[in-house]
Amino acid sequence: MENTSTMTLEKMIMSLFLVVATLLTAYAGLNALDNIFGVSMFIMATAFALGVAAIVTGKFEDTDTEYYNYSVVKAGVIASVIWGIVGFTAGDYIAWELAFPALNLDLQWTSFGRLRPLHTSAVIFAFGGNVLISTSFYVVQRTSRARLIGSVTPWFVFWGYNLFIVLAALGYVFGVTQSKEYAEPEWYVDIWLTIVWVMYLVVFLGTLMKRKEPHIYVANWFYLAFIITVAMLHIVNNAAVPVSFFGSKSYIAWSGVQDAMIQWWYGHNAVGFFLTAGFLAIMYYFVPKRAGRPVYSYRLSIIHFWSVIFIYIWAGPHHLHYTALPDWTQTLGMAFSIMLWMPSWGGMINGLMTLSGAWDKLRTDPVIRMLVVSVAFYGMSTFEGPLMAIKAVNSLSHYTDWTIGHVHSGALGWNGFVSFGALYCMVPWLWGKKEVYSLALVSMHFWIATIGILLYITSMWVSGIMQGLMWRAYDNLGFLEYSFIETVEAMHPFYVIRAIGGLMFLIGALIMAYNLWMTVKVGEEATETSMQPAIAPVAAE
Amino acid sequence: MSNKHAIIEKNSILMVVLILIVVSIGGLVQIVPLFFLKSTIEKVEGMRPYTPLELSGRNIYIREGCYLCHSQMIRALRDEVERYGHYSLAAESMYDHPFQWGSKRTGPDLARLGNKYSDEWHVQHLINPRDVVPASVMPGYSFLAKTKLDYSNIGNHLKTNATVGVPYSEAMIKNAKKDLESQANPDGDDSDTDALEERYGPDSSFKTKVVYRDFDGNAKMISEMDALISYLQMLGTLVDFTKFNEKATIR
Amino acid sequence: MEFESLWAFKETWGLIFLFLLLVAAFVYAVLPGNKDKFDEAANMPLREDDDNG
Repeated sequence: MENTSTMTLEKMIMSLFLVVATLLTAYAGLNALDNIFGVSMFIMATAFALGVAAIVTGKFEDTDTEYYNYSVVKAGVIASVIWGIVGFTAGDYIAWELAFPALNLDLQWTSFGRLRPLHTSAVIFAFGGNVLISTSFYVVQRTSRARLIGSVTPWFVFWGYNLFIVLAALGYVFGVTQSKEYAEPEWYVDIWLTIVWVMYLVVFLGTLMKRKEPHIYVANWFYLAFIITVAMLHIVNNAAVPVSFFGSKSYIAWSGVQDAMIQWWYGHNAVGFFLTAGFLAIMYYFVPKRAGRPVYSYRLSIIHFWSVIFIYIWAGPHHLHYTALPDWTQTLGMAFSIMLWMPSWGGMINGLMTLSGAWDKLRTDPVIRMLVVSVAFYGMSTFEGPLMAIKAVNSLSHYTDWTIGHVHSGALGWNGFVSFGALYCMVPWLWGKKEVYSLALVSMHFWIATIGILLYITSMWVSGIMQGLMWRAYDNLGFLEYSFIETVEAMHPFYVIRAIGGLMFLIGALIMAYNLWMTVKVGEEATETSMQPAIAPVAAE
Repeated sequence: MSNKHAIIEKNSILMVVLILIVVSIGGLVQIVPLFFLKSTIEKVEGMRPYTPLELSGRNIYIREGCYLCHSQMIRALRDEVERYGHYSLAAESMYDHPFQWGSKRTGPDLARLGNKYSDEWHVQHLINPRDVVPASVMPGYSFLAKTKLDYSNIGNHLKTNATVGVPYSEAMIKNAKKDLESQANPDGDDSDTDALEERYGPDSSFKTKVVYRDFDGNAKMISEMDALISYLQMLGTLVDFTKFNEKATIR
Repeated sequence: MEFESLWAFKETWGLIFLFLLLVAAFVYAVLPGNKDKFDEAANMPLREDDDNG
């Protein structure tokens, strides 16, 4: 109970901060120059006021009795499932829009251009981000055998992050965007995310520092690299000057070539550190845990870590081959992208071989199967990526659906499946259940989603390569053979197949949501000796 | 040696520092030189800041997410140059905050769209793309023609652009509203458009082009359609490639 | 000090420095003396269960 005084101090500081933030945002809201800014400010003010009320009325006390802080992890798990379904639905809807443009409804709020950022942000930041926050809070506690620091701060991270998502989504639908891909939210949302992210680092690092284990487990390295690097990328890429402090519009500090380079340095490393490093942390904890065996080679994991973070950061310019970017930058980006293939496969082998000696689990445990297939997709995407970074290949693939296919083999196959696997593991552990409600439904989810992914990526390969070839096709008189619109027409059947694949992936996620819900509701209670009891004793002290 | 990594493994702060060193160098090496190297910042004759109307149009282009399906970057590849025109120069996006190069061509590249189609074509195409291009998958933007352009704050937009380095003069900022109106609705006397040309056109220090007319064919109102089409019609038209010296900007 | 030379320094020595850092991490990873420590670390996610008994 030596924490009592610091917890009080924490609550006081947090309340003070929230009161100031409430006043500031309410003031900005009252003076707003445009509607969306005004509405955003009032949403923020309301959220902050509710936060103060929750602290004052002692809403954060009840969880303080348990050894680990699981309630915030549970909240993250629930948010992940909900946002996942929102994001997949938005994605599949815009896929149908490309096949049948009437679905844009001729309304500004439902057009492809507004819903596409909603889709990408919902899947990457809302679904992926909540998965990363909840798993990292779980893993850092378990492997440090220490409770998350603070009683309010972890909740601040959770609610603050989800507030960021709501503000971003609201902006997209109503046309507030910076137009920087995967960094579309405007300046006021960016500032809010920065504050939340710093607090995330504080909680994560603070928990690591009071750990009762001598070593920092490798999964935590990956989480740490993810948190730090994303902070750096976010701040540099979003540097902007608002037109007014009472309006949503801002102008980016960078221009033209510099802005393009910074954007893709950000964009590529958001993939590298958000979607790769963060999710590799999940792999390094959940695959060994579920398989009941230590990671295949801890040595390889050290090599994997340092080479991934060293090489990844250089590879961004492969997004700008043959453009007005200087040649030396393009070549450097290409060289590092190709080098990246090696450590990535080292990591894949490490994940897969963890199963060695227990391959039968692939047959008997659909959760393990999901995790293992996710690692296989990681291997496939990290082979395809360097290939597409080669200038000659890129000249064909860039601007086409091949890129979309590549991204989705990573996003659906790797990020999606490793997240689903982690959720299937965590829900029974967190809610004290023996196992998920139905392993048969997990298996069904696995097969429907896998077929969906295959339809998605194969249709995009075909359409992407075909489109690239049609653009550069010449007739025998030496003229370009196809007009642009002919290449658009040729895409139609593949857009339909892709949308069907996406729909199957969505159906799989709905099955998962039902299964997890039933696990919590009617799942068999775990016995004393099951693998992850809710409360751990303080044995190591 | 072996103890040293153990120290890193056991010291979370040291790990933070090391990660920061490793990840920041890659960015520095690639990004910082772009602010200094000659080829990326060299000026090309003809480039000027956007007029207030074009800037408003550009903001609509951004707002509607056009960049998600249209690139504005013609690569130095034979088929692209034949399809779209001269490859894009770094200088052509020097006043773009943010850049609009895009990453996907669900629709064609727009870097040199200006003057390729008539205003009427653009109006029809934006209202319902399938009226003029039956196989198009582009959404319709009929609301643009019905929506009044909000330019109450346009002077501050120019001022903010000046803050981040776009050479808008005091006079440009002060007369932003007037310039916007005279470019979209040049019905008044010639002094209005003369002033516009003096600031942005052939008589300005940029010695380049500026066009003014009622872009959407509806003289009663300055609509969002006016602004967007004024932007689309100037894309890629500023640099005169008949006079352009290839060797001067060789990359 | 010209920017160009500073940049050249970073491009060469900076890269070599980082490369050596990476090599150091590799060497550390394969040194046979570290085996026990790694085994212990690798078992961390599993060991926590034993404590829970």
